[in-house]
Amino acid sequence: MSNYISKIFGSSPVKPLQAHMAKADECAGRLPEFFEAVFVGDWQIAKAVREAISGLEHDADDLKKELRLQMPKNLLMPVARADLLSVLRVQDEVANLSKDIAGVVIGRQMTFPDTLKPSYMALLRRCVDAAGQAHTTVNELDELFEVGFSGREVEIVQGFINKLDQIENDTDKLEIEVRANLFGLEKGLDPVEVMFLYKVIDLTGDLADTCQRVGSRLQLLLAR
Amino acid sequence: MDMMMVYIGLAAVFGLFMAWGIGANDVANAMATSVGARALTIKQAILVAAVFEFLGAVLAGGAVTSTIRKGIVDAGSLADSPELLVYGMLAALLAAAIWLLLASQRGWPVSTTHSIVGAIVGFAAVGIGIEAVKWVKVGTIVMSWVISPLTAGMIAYTIFKSVQWLILEREDPLDRARRFVPLYIFLAGFTITLVTLFKGLKHVGLELSTGQSYAVAVIVGVMIALLGRLFIARIKIDPDADKDFRFQTVERVFGILMVVTACSMAFAHGSNDVANAIGPVAAVISVAQSGVIGQKSEVSIWILLLGGGGIVIGLATYGFRVMATVGKRITHLTPSRGFAAELAAATTIVVASGTGIPISTTHTLVGAVLGVGLARGIAAINLSVVRSIFLSWVITIPAGAILAIIFFYILKLVFG
Repeated sequence: MSNYISKIFGSSPVKPLQAHMAKADECAGRLPEFFEAVFVGDWQIAKAVREAISGLEHDADDLKKELRLQMPKNLLMPVARADLLSVLRVQDEVANLSKDIAGVVIGRQMTFPDTLKPSYMALLRRCVDAAGQAHTTVNELDELFEVGFSGREVEIVQGFINKLDQIENDTDKLEIEVRANLFGLEKGLDPVEVMFLYKVIDLTGDLADTCQRVGSRLQLLLAR
Repeated sequence: MDMMMVYIGLAAVFGLFMAWGIGANDVANAMATSVGARALTIKQAILVAAVFEFLGAVLAGGAVTSTIRKGIVDAGSLADSPELLVYGMLAALLAAAIWLLLASQRGWPVSTTHSIVGAIVGFAAVGIGIEAVKWVKVGTIVMSWVISPLTAGMIAYTIFKSVQWLILEREDPLDRARRFVPLYIFLAGFTITLVTLFKGLKHVGLELSTGQSYAVAVIVGVMIALLGRLFIARIKIDPDADKDFRFQTVERVFGILMVVTACSMAFAHGSNDVANAIGPVAAVISVAQSGVIGQKSEVSIWILLLGGGGIVIGLATYGFRVMATVGKRITHLTPSRGFAAELAAATTIVVASGTGIPISTTHTLVGAVLGVGLARGIAAINLSVVRSIFLSWVITIPAGAILAIIFFYILKLVFG
């Protein structure tokens, strides 16, 4: 015998979405470790960390597929299904970008000019902060569902999103610094190498942008 | 007269079988939200269900039982051949019980109320004649099947909105929960008691005036609320749980409330659904004892005891297993939602029980859950399952009717 009333309660998308963001955050969080190894030329460790990031990204992909399957079209949810799916998509980009950054560096066995290292590291760490803040914000989702997307909790989340915007703002400034720094060094470097350094800086900046977009997608959930 | 004893015996056996089926399968639907929200453990839920289903059946099950017994079939058209009513009611019981057994094995969402009403209307309209059915009354019952989920949905929506406004949206939800949850407890205790008293407890030897009823309901409500406050005061803040989910302690306060609404829901379910099993039994017995149909006597208490007892046996022998699967399947319902749905459904059902209208408790509860969902209260409701539950009566009524007609002719052949 089966009980049919329990079937009307679909599974909540909240926990899987948060689990996915946790993976994405972890991907980004491994990047400083990766670059520290690259900076000292320890490719053994760098490769191992890249493997780890790749594995985490794979886990995130699995979670993404699972979550999509449990969100059929005819669910009644407090928020639009499309909005939730777009949060998921952007979260997934965070994981993908982290993997791509490590991939480019490993693929070309890139070396960084010593004078570029500190400013790039500062940018990267702030980008990782952005991922962490996006994660913190996504972690508020269960509280948002609890209160029914209204009242004081919305203000709290709004505050988190504002802070995320601030962090992204910082990364913009840091990115300009790194670029200026690299521009000064350009002449003495191999042109192809320079192209790819710019590419890594671009991708790193994108990481923070994408984290900010996680926040703005969440904001769409708050809009009535 | 010997034949009449056979009829009574058969009716009691079939009625007990049906009551067993309700306890085995249907009670789990009524308790699903409590078990799903983990306000009660499975064991506690079974205990609550056993006690309050029984109380609901015995104390408040009389009016709906009367309706099933003599509200659907027009006694006047049967004055010359009362045994036809006996065959019909036996056939209806058998039809509904077998249909339910089949449906619950297949996992079809089938309402006991729809089955039995369909079966009675079926045998009366075909076996006796179209004019033997009180169509106006049947019309009212069918209307109530649409109105009761809507009403429960609206009440649930309002209750949950009030919870948001009074507690969840605020800066200090825990303090406010401690303050306002006893009020909701009072509301639950007061409403259920009042409706039960209004309906009258003459058959247990208790007759109260309107004023007295109000006074008793207030006293009962206040007493339960005070008891609830005692338990709420004992809830300690769990910082570990609150770190992960800030409303953990708040939800535990609602958990106390949900114990009360779970009792209300079991009481309401007992009061309405016991009639599906024993209404036909009461009809058979009144014919068998007096040889005439439709005398004005109340439903005797031992029939209600039979129904209540049958439900508890069903629960104890099989229902607990169904209940356990419910708990596993519902993963994210919280007490602040579950209580709103239950209180709304229980209130609607008890009012219907008081007025003697057999409604589908399951549909009413589903309506209430949808109401909470529309107030943005539930993370995900599967609308296609909801639709299939509501559409099921399109199949259940004719199925019950056809089976009852077949059994009616068989019984007529065997006994007639």
